[in-house]
Amino acid sequence: MRLEYFQLIDRVEAVDPTAGTIRASAQVPVQSTIFEGHFPGYPILPGVLMIESMAQTGGNLILVLENFARMPFLAQVEQAKLRRFVEPGTPLTITAKLVHLGSGYAVTQGRVESEAGLVAEAGIRFRTLPFPSEEMRQLMLDHARRLGLEPPMRA
Amino acid sequence: MQETFNAVADIISETCNIDREKIRPESHTINDLGIDSLDFLDVTFAIDKRFGIKMPIEKWMQDINEGKGSVDDYFILNNLCSRIEELRAAKPA
Repeated sequence: MRLEYFQLIDRVEAVDPTAGTIRASAQVPVQSTIFEGHFPGYPILPGVLMIESMAQTGGNLILVLENFARMPFLAQVEQAKLRRFVEPGTPLTITAKLVHLGSGYAVTQGRVESEAGLVAEAGIRFRTLPFPSEEMRQLMLDHARRLGLEPPMRA
Repeated sequence: MQETFNAVADIISETCNIDREKIRPESHTINDLGIDSLDFLDVTFAIDKRFGIKMPIEKWMQDINEGKGSVDDYFILNNLCSRIEELRAAKPA
């Protein structure tokens, strides 16, 4: 995780387009400026970042399913449950399962787990749109490669 | 048709918190019922699930933008329900 850059997953470990599932890993950093404020003397990963990690994991699944032709934008979070505190240095596994791929939208169910057990879960809905710019698409392709995905090559 | 309308009206009422009796076949989802795009996303998902279809909203919007149809053709409930029934009929058995 690079919290300051809003990069909340480190690697996609597995993706199965047929089953509509994805599994990603993320290591919560030991140090981050975010922990200076959240909270002084008791650093824990903010819950909104757990939700964002599920959105990014589900978003990568949608990118694969849409063959990197459409960008998923977070539109709705349903029944989010933040069940445990997550301390700096904790390794996390984040999974998402496709619930429905609609016309212009997608619905996933996300989970965050640590060695201690289930950390968070939420229903995540996306709007899917053509990429607003080719530059953004290329940056997303590059980022997907860094995560271990195999998107189409650059034009 | 009545069955489809009743199901869609129930979905809209529940999803968008609109009194069921205000939802009529001639109601326009946007102009009369005031459903915004995020609520319409919820309605679309519920309809897709309820009928096992995938409403091609983007294709419809494209047709509207290209002048191949009007907003009323798709978003007045009677017309929307007709299109849902067409999609249900076209579904593989």
